[in-house]
Amino acid sequence: MAIPLSYNVRNLRLRKSLTIMTALGIALTVATAVFIMALLAGLGRAFATTGDPLNVLMLRKGSDSELAAGGVSRDAFQVLKELPGIARNSKGDPLVSGEDILVVVLPRKGGTGETNVTTRFMSPMGLEMRPQIHITQGRWFTPGQREVVVSSSINKRFEHANLGDTVHIGKGEWPIVGIFDGSGTAHDSEIWGDVNQLVTDFERTVYSSVLVRATDPASAQALKNRANDDQRLELNGLLEPDYYASQTKSGGPIKVVGWIVAFIMAVGSCFAAANTMYAAVAYRGREIATLRVIGFSRPSILTSFMLESLLLSLLGATLGIILMLPFNGMTTGTQNQVTFSEVVFSLQMTPVVVMSAVIFALIMGVVGGFAPAWHASRRDILSALRD
Amino acid sequence: MTLTRFVTKNAFRNKRRSVLTVLSIGGSLLLLTFLITIWRTFYDSKPSEQSAQRLIVRHKVSLVFNLPSYYKQKIQAIPGVKEVVNQQWFGGQYMDDKPEHFIAQFGTDPQELMKVYPEFKIPADQLEAWQHDRAGAIVDVGLARKFGWKVGDRLNITGKIFPLNLELTIRGIFIPPDPTQSIYFNKDYIDEGFPRLKGSEGFYAVLADSPQNVPKVAQAIDETFRNADRPTKSESEHTFQLGFIGMLGNIKAFIMSICLAVVFTILLVSANTMAMSIRERTREVAVLKTLGFTRNSILGLFVGEAVSLAVVGGLVGSLLCFFIVSAMASQGGMFTGMKVTPITILVSLLIAALVGFVSSFIPSYHAAKVNIVDGLRHIG
Repeated sequence: MAIPLSYNVRNLRLRKSLTIMTALGIALTVATAVFIMALLAGLGRAFATTGDPLNVLMLRKGSDSELAAGGVSRDAFQVLKELPGIARNSKGDPLVSGEDILVVVLPRKGGTGETNVTTRFMSPMGLEMRPQIHITQGRWFTPGQREVVVSSSINKRFEHANLGDTVHIGKGEWPIVGIFDGSGTAHDSEIWGDVNQLVTDFERTVYSSVLVRATDPASAQALKNRANDDQRLELNGLLEPDYYASQTKSGGPIKVVGWIVAFIMAVGSCFAAANTMYAAVAYRGREIATLRVIGFSRPSILTSFMLESLLLSLLGATLGIILMLPFNGMTTGTQNQVTFSEVVFSLQMTPVVVMSAVIFALIMGVVGGFAPAWHASRRDILSALRD
Repeated sequence: MTLTRFVTKNAFRNKRRSVLTVLSIGGSLLLLTFLITIWRTFYDSKPSEQSAQRLIVRHKVSLVFNLPSYYKQKIQAIPGVKEVVNQQWFGGQYMDDKPEHFIAQFGTDPQELMKVYPEFKIPADQLEAWQHDRAGAIVDVGLARKFGWKVGDRLNITGKIFPLNLELTIRGIFIPPDPTQSIYFNKDYIDEGFPRLKGSEGFYAVLADSPQNVPKVAQAIDETFRNADRPTKSESEHTFQLGFIGMLGNIKAFIMSICLAVVFTILLVSANTMAMSIRERTREVAVLKTLGFTRNSILGLFVGEAVSLAVVGGLVGSLLCFFIVSAMASQGGMFTGMKVTPITILVSLLIAALVGFVSSFIPSYHAAKVNIVDGLRHIG
């Protein structure tokens, strides 16, 4: 027969301060793990939501970043426009956008240093191909003018990135005329401007990349293969979502350090939980013996103490998750390892993160609780009663 | 029995609890030592003598823009400048893109490099061999050991930024004072495969005549090119390196918040243990008092017990950290050059002692205050 759960709940409540202190210790470990998982989830989401599966990104052959030297020649650009399977807008123009990427250095707010920011130059066609991005303040840049728009994240995170400020790019100052909402995509880390103006300023002879919209998924695949196979074009075609997904590896350093930290903290918490459970067992030596005398079996005592340990860790998990809730949605940045510029993302406490945190805590409960529970179930009844 | 012996005896009376507490605190302290080590490697490391004398000159807007090659002569002419060498980040890939196979590759001028980096030790014949081979390279001794390279070996690097692959021959192995993870080759090699780069350089490394002159020289260089088509930004080598760490994100806040969580965890663990053991010993305290021990000496006994437990935990943790970090640093990758110094260990131990002290104070104070009669009547 099983010992009722209320027995464990009451025991935990009886030694309130001990329970709370142990749970808090577990909570801090869980909070750290949640923090790291939420960072990675946010980073993953920024890249996973970027790119349309119908879009094919053309890069120079052999390169896998828009920032690499060399690019797509004007000739290749003209050829791309005429390829079969390319979608057209209402005016009948092919949805093909030649784009240039630069990085500019901007100082972060709060004096935490300066960093590279990706600046994307495109034609109005580029804007048309990204309908999910919309302007929230001011207006889009005017073609043929030195004007830029910045994402709301850039606006929030950097000095001198407000409407009316200017950004120095190449030969002159480019005023910021609008702020756009990148809706959580990788474009949230970008500044956008007019490509023709940039070409004039920098005498660029190639595009960094060309974005092509296909009419349907099969055509997208065909366009990609066509670009890769055509020796004349010298292109590396990638489906846009794949290109951004490959940048998730930017979270590498966070992942490595994060898991080391979480693991060591978890080991510490396991020992602490074991300590508390050993104390719980020691205090209740006679009680356990009495339970045995009444007829509760060894396995049910083992289960009961395991449950108590699990309850304790669950309490810790709940506390830890509540502790981290205020940080949900907080934006931060790290270096994109493909473009060497800042990628802005937000902490995302997704259901997966929360569930993993709970499982993480339960594992600590099992590891920390097993030895004391085993010890409790193995004690000799007579000597325990005599204590 | 002396007082210290009494304290240590008590601390390890309940062996299992003490061991668990020590291990728990040890785990946290291991982490704390690790974080302090990262912090110190990033922010507190003093640049070496030669490094403090060097500057890096780059395009004002960003490292991805190049500077014209003729800037070299102009920089050379600035007072306080001893030597100048051009460098170009190649950013290619060796074997695959695994972080443990990362190598920094720089295209440079083999005739000038060692003048700006006099601390790199290389046999004269190897240097000469490199200078005579346009497709030659010199490699850091750490990399050579890690990958088992020997002089004469072939080294293939796939271009990622530039549309060309390097097929280099190792001509020399240099010994730097600190690991650099770098290889150097002739920049002309890139120019031949990618002619657009001809006449421009990624950045310049400049050796000033003295460390004190570095800020003055930096200012003079930037002043020279202020109104040029390509303005420059000059900073000491150390500041330049710190800039890269800054790009990873707000590391300082990240480390600080985790350290805080860790310290608080130790506090909880230690307070928990002390509360448990003091509760068990209420009667003993009453007995001690009857024997004539004062409140303060009892307080001291318990606080001493907590501090000694925490310090033992700290010792276990920081020594473990020392071995782990040494092992990881020898593996290469992102932990290269990290070292747990005695000062770091000392700082960790001090933090442990302090936390032990704070954690035990309140329960010990209450124990010391307990009325003798109540204490004797107390049933465990």
